[in-house]
Amino acid sequence: MADLQVVGKPLPKVDAAAKVIGAAVYADDLVLPRMLHCRILRSPHPHARILAVDASAPRRIPGVKGVVTGADLPIRFGILPVSQDERALESEKVRYVGDPVAAVAAVDEEIAASALDAIRVEYEVLEPVMSIEEALRQPRDERIQESRSLPANIHRLQSYEFGDLAAGWARAAHTREDVFFFQGNTHLPMEQHSAVAQWMDGKLTLWSSTQVVHYVHRALAKVLELPMQKIRVIGAAHGGGFGGKTDPFAHEIVVAKLAMLTGRPVKCTLTREEVFYAHRGRHPVLMWVKTGVDAEGRITAMHFRSALDGGAYGSYGAASVFYTGTLQTVTYDIPAYKFEGCRVFTNKPPCGPKRGHGTPQPRFAVELHLEKLAHDIGIDPIELKRRNFVKPFTRAVNWLRVTSCGLEECTEKVLAASGHRERERKRGRGQGFAISAYMSGAGTAIYWNGMPHSEVQLKVDRSGVTAFCGAMDIGQGSDSVLAHIVAEELGITPADVRLVTADTDSTPIDLGSYSSRVTFMVGNAALEAARKMRALLDEAVGERTDVSFLEACELAETKWGALSTAGSYTPPRIGGPFKGSGVGPSPAYSYTAAVVDVDVDERTGIVRVNKVWIAHDVGRAINPLLVIGQVEGSVYMGLGEALMEEQTFRKGLHKWPSMLEYKSPTFLDTPEIETFLVETIDPEGPYGAKEAGQGPLLPVIPALNAAVHDALDVWIDETPVTPEKVLKALKDGHAGPRAFPSVPWPEPIYVDPPARDDMRVGAELEAAFADA
Amino acid sequence: MLNELDRPVDRRVLELRVNGEDHQVLVPVHKTLLEVLREDLGLTGTKHGCELGECGTCTVLVAGEPQLSCLVLPVQLGGREVTTVEGLAAGSELTPLQRAFGDLGAAQCGYCTPGMLLSATALLRANPHPTRHEIREALAGNLCRCTGYSKIIEAVEMAARG
Repeated sequence: MADLQVVGKPLPKVDAAAKVIGAAVYADDLVLPRMLHCRILRSPHPHARILAVDASAPRRIPGVKGVVTGADLPIRFGILPVSQDERALESEKVRYVGDPVAAVAAVDEEIAASALDAIRVEYEVLEPVMSIEEALRQPRDERIQESRSLPANIHRLQSYEFGDLAAGWARAAHTREDVFFFQGNTHLPMEQHSAVAQWMDGKLTLWSSTQVVHYVHRALAKVLELPMQKIRVIGAAHGGGFGGKTDPFAHEIVVAKLAMLTGRPVKCTLTREEVFYAHRGRHPVLMWVKTGVDAEGRITAMHFRSALDGGAYGSYGAASVFYTGTLQTVTYDIPAYKFEGCRVFTNKPPCGPKRGHGTPQPRFAVELHLEKLAHDIGIDPIELKRRNFVKPFTRAVNWLRVTSCGLEECTEKVLAASGHRERERKRGRGQGFAISAYMSGAGTAIYWNGMPHSEVQLKVDRSGVTAFCGAMDIGQGSDSVLAHIVAEELGITPADVRLVTADTDSTPIDLGSYSSRVTFMVGNAALEAARKMRALLDEAVGERTDVSFLEACELAETKWGALSTAGSYTPPRIGGPFKGSGVGPSPAYSYTAAVVDVDVDERTGIVRVNKVWIAHDVGRAINPLLVIGQVEGSVYMGLGEALMEEQTFRKGLHKWPSMLEYKSPTFLDTPEIETFLVETIDPEGPYGAKEAGQGPLLPVIPALNAAVHDALDVWIDETPVTPEKVLKALKDGHAGPRAFPSVPWPEPIYVDPPARDDMRVGAELEAAFADA
Repeated sequence: MLNELDRPVDRRVLELRVNGEDHQVLVPVHKTLLEVLREDLGLTGTKHGCELGECGTCTVLVAGEPQLSCLVLPVQLGGREVTTVEGLAAGSELTPLQRAFGDLGAAQCGYCTPGMLLSATALLRANPHPTRHEIREALAGNLCRCTGYSKIIEAVEMAARG
């Protein structure tokens, strides 16, 4: 592939021009004739029964055109089939401050907001549950969510044992246990969520700032009891998601219902405060980890426990629990592994997927735990980690399949560039190192279906080529990647490719922008469609050499008639023969290594980050400009989580639901970032490409804590590393949790590990399971 | 005059000069410049992130100075010219800063980009060759969640080089 013309070039994004002149149309920029404005009444209580809702008064206010309550939207929904526990408007009880209860559509936003004050809701206040520890005890009043089988406020319990733990502990020359806490934080996209609905001639159209038009489509169909073909969901230009716009949201359903009732278009744009309560962000996770190593520092066994504070609803939580346990084995070679995970409900906004979904927390714990283990036995932590790096083309103890893996090369790059080995040792100055792995897309869809995960259709006619795909560009550049691949295969420039994306009426399915799946899956679908089209064009052109692309298109249309091709991608079956094996498998994993350099002021506790060196194994950079953008953005977001970002509550109220009080890094807090791209050319990725948007966030956080330890010789075993915690650690020698709570773990599911070199996937693997 | 909630609303005819064009609008006096630009003049290039003056997203230029349009009431303008992102390019000719933002990937989701461009435009007018630290200082009031800021700094430097 030495003669690639487009792939591998640092090209501007295809939508760059629209974005620098203010012409990109985001959901809140849409204005339709006769459009109404919607505001949502939300619960002021963290936990309460709804005794009565009287929405008669606002209906009499001039300018109010529609009012809806829970009685209008009784059907439950939720992103995962196992967690259909949300209602667009609650009618029986509220479970967090901010839970939606009623909504008004009016001729302007001010009237809609004022009309909310006229709605009377009678509540019976219940005892709120605000922490993991409280949620593990029997509730005083009642559970937050009903459950037939689980005690206290437990939402999910998982327990797995892969390989022979007892033998692993027996072989260990040294073992160590640690407890860590990763604080919850939120996505804080610059754009507040917004949706506009239109109801016309029995058909609903919704424009939304969503990351997944397909999942919104499904939720609308379910709650509104409309067939899918009567609903069209269009992704507007997207102002940032980071996982926070991956669930279907109440406001999307409410504007649809109000548009159906009023016959007028309805818009709802959340306020910044509402965005903090809509949340679906990083789970606070308490973790306990025990690892055994042999005399050379090689891991013999690991036992990992997590307890996730899920907030009030399921959201992606059933998957999040698995993600806190599953990817440990594709980062380090762990011959025997036990994982126990628990998610609890609390009366706080629901947690869900944020960049790295469930994996930054265990990454933080395991990286620091191995640092401590290395100190225990007198081995350099980096050397201990390297001895345990997972190897390319191996199968992990929990059946996850590793293909290309550039961990060694990434490590070399950041160690050399940072001068880590020769760094000046001085109190108050430190460097820390950490690694990570992340998925190039989830190997299974969030709901069971046999459809491809991504499809691309190409149409060629007298005016060139158009690519159709359901993928949603959330700013990361998925539209650009689609155009780059089609352009590469057809021998044209990306600007020659017209795009129709993220529109459930006109584009084939794509599961959207989450789990770092788009480049890998859309890319493979686009490759197939484009190669088919290239063959048709070549055959129509024949031996002629003096033909422009447009002339070739005309020749092809003349020869073949109406001309379209399609490609689709479905990841192969990878997971092992056990229930729950669907979370974690990915067709390829990206790898990252990072070094963070800090100064820590012993007097004030303030940590200043001087520089971050990061190397990312992206397989192949389809567009290095965009890949570096993803890496730098991940480093920045990781530093925010490491140093300052906290989603915390006082009596059910968010402590700082504003952009000033919820601290995030500014230009002045963000250091220079030096990025290295490592290309391992994955055998299954498009042109060898893997993911870039999430993995690079993961190592930054533990590397920062390791750097603080390097500077001051104290461990801070939780995030974020605030000045208060640095001072506490200097005083007490330690900051962080001391104990992991008692959890009623079930008997583990025992899984026999695969052969280390078993690379079988798909039908071959299924057949092997059937034989067994 | 009363609004539909029977509250007195003071509406005024305002004269605004935006991007070199004069406008007359009849709006309640409490409406912010951000709202008037987006809702009454259709200039939706100006975005909003908090409407509390905390994020810098809605930055516009008032008489060449960066101002948070969510905190400015149009009645306060007194005829001073407003420049929004739509007013930067000369016709279809992008400014060097706009080109640099596009070429270097300084706009990912693009939502903070209009405010970022206006803050940076004001900086380069006042200080055509800023140091990296001066760029960080001048843009510190504009938040971005996508880029990690590096490409934005590089874009300002590229535009400064001309």
